[in-house]
Amino acid sequence: MAPLLEVEDLRVTFRTGDGEVNAVNGVSFALNPGETLAIVGESGSGKSQTAYAAMGLLARNGRATGTVRYQGRNLLELPQRELNKVRSEEIAMIFQDPMTSLNPYLRISDQMAEVLMLHKGMGKRQAVDEAARMLDAVRIPDARARITMYPHEFSGGMRQRIMIAMALLCRPKLLIADEPTTALDVTVQAQIMKLLGDIKRDLGTAMILITHDLGVVAGSSDRTLVMYGGQIMEEGTTDAIFATPTHPYTLGLLSAVPRIDREDEELLTIAGEPPDMSRLPPGCPFFPRCAFARPENATLRPPLVRLPDGRRRACHVPVEEILAQKEVAQ
Amino acid sequence: MLSFILRRLLVAVPTILILIVISFILMFAAPGGPFNSEKPLPAAVMANIESRYGLDQPYVVQIFNYVWNIVAHFDFGPSFKYRDQTVTGLIAQGFPVTLTYGFWAFLVAVVVGVALGVLAAIRHNTWLDYLATGSAIGASVLPNFVLAPILVLVFTLWLGWLPGGGWNGGQWQYVVLPVIALATTYLAAIARITRSSMLEVMNSNFIRTARAKGLPMSRIILRHALKPAMLPVLSYLGPAFVAMITGSVVIDVFFSTGGIGQYFVNSALNRDYSVIMGVTILVGVLTILFNLVVDILYAWIDPKIRL
Repeated sequence: MAPLLEVEDLRVTFRTGDGEVNAVNGVSFALNPGETLAIVGESGSGKSQTAYAAMGLLARNGRATGTVRYQGRNLLELPQRELNKVRSEEIAMIFQDPMTSLNPYLRISDQMAEVLMLHKGMGKRQAVDEAARMLDAVRIPDARARITMYPHEFSGGMRQRIMIAMALLCRPKLLIADEPTTALDVTVQAQIMKLLGDIKRDLGTAMILITHDLGVVAGSSDRTLVMYGGQIMEEGTTDAIFATPTHPYTLGLLSAVPRIDREDEELLTIAGEPPDMSRLPPGCPFFPRCAFARPENATLRPPLVRLPDGRRRACHVPVEEILAQKEVAQ
Repeated sequence: MLSFILRRLLVAVPTILILIVISFILMFAAPGGPFNSEKPLPAAVMANIESRYGLDQPYVVQIFNYVWNIVAHFDFGPSFKYRDQTVTGLIAQGFPVTLTYGFWAFLVAVVVGVALGVLAAIRHNTWLDYLATGSAIGASVLPNFVLAPILVLVFTLWLGWLPGGGWNGGQWQYVVLPVIALATTYLAAIARITRSSMLEVMNSNFIRTARAKGLPMSRIILRHALKPAMLPVLSYLGPAFVAMITGSVVIDVFFSTGGIGQYFVNSALNRDYSVIMGVTILVGVLTILFNLVVDILYAWIDPKIRL
């Protein structure tokens, strides 16, 4: 099966007053049609910027190099007009903060209808009808009446549903969800994740789910990609990553998840600070915080190597050593 | 909405009264009077004149009479300096003039200022931005008493295209230079406010959403960004509009247009009490009115505001 999206050696740099910030440093991955890929990492790990680069949504001072191939075309080199056709029609995106991601000055009907009018050439009335149907589908109660309201008249969860409905209007093949539940209550989070699951099941939409919440990842993705310092640390099936993490950083992330079944245990955190992206060390970016680190890791960047079970990892420490450590912890 | 407007107009009445009282106090506090001159008048003559204009009455009575004449007869009194002229007559003569050049200046300032500001914002940090921002700063530091002579020098004396003064019933040739001279400073301010507010809006999350939807840039700017970007500009435009349609001393004096702008300074220097009060009340009423208009426009732009 040909991959839907192929990212190769993607790099993103921002020109700032303090010099160049290297947000993404050579990220490569592929996504198959209908597949859900979770990209996880701390704030500033480059996970969101990877998605923005693919969609051409980088801030003005940002530059992306490498290739982002969507069905054979490099999105990074696409003329603006063609990129605009890919957006919405092929790849749609929803964002972290539903409170500010909708235009507060325009009615929901106008914001949704313009997508269909522009991309599908529909008339206004038909577009609003179709938009209302889509709001129905994401379970906005009384959608037909409420579609003429303004964003502030909806709750955060409802607004995220509206964002999702708006993203799905043109039936894109890929939906990128950038921290879709971070700004929402826990109960609403679960509803939104269920909705995304239903969409995947019913429409076969491929998804890239960007999050720092491993709880969100576990139940909803096929594969997981762990990023740190703008690089891939580990990538594999979600089951494998959760069952047997082989990277010290993944191990740290998983032990930082609070678990209700172990009362006695103290909540672990990864000691230290995320790296300064404008002064990345030459070696492994995780080196300063790594429990397994050896001196030579500070200067030598670990290559991303494929393991026999199909997963990829970038680490100098042998897999066995990390697995042994995990046994001890349990 | 209607009750909001009525309430605001009701509140305007005490506001205007306070304005009148404070203006009176300031006027009486200033030394001298309309009939003082280098050669003092005989005391008897002075007393006669003062009683003719009611200046011999206690201040409270004067204020009361003044307000009563306005409310009962819409009579703002006679001018103390221009004999046989009433304040109403002076304003009726001069206001259409300043209204004409002020309105056109406003239109020019808004259209050109907003366009420049938007252009500078979407071409942020390019030569176009620097050119627009640079000329806006240049224009805002150029006072109109410097600009006006330069305009006359170029367009009247060198090129001979436009008359350097006069009004001639508001024929367009006579309007152009006053409009440019008045509009420039405001235009620059509007361009600056528009640019910075547009920059902020273009960085907001909902513009990112609009881009992710695949909308062309023109639609993003016109449909998604312009309305919110206009909010800070709007609050500047209310008072600016009033200041422009009530004219400017420099314009009226320099171009001899005969508008009411000249009265703001002349009447104060002449202690022409009734004219001072007349133009003060005019500006006060217009300010209240256009702040109300601004509030209504705000509610029209921002759905979160309910009047």
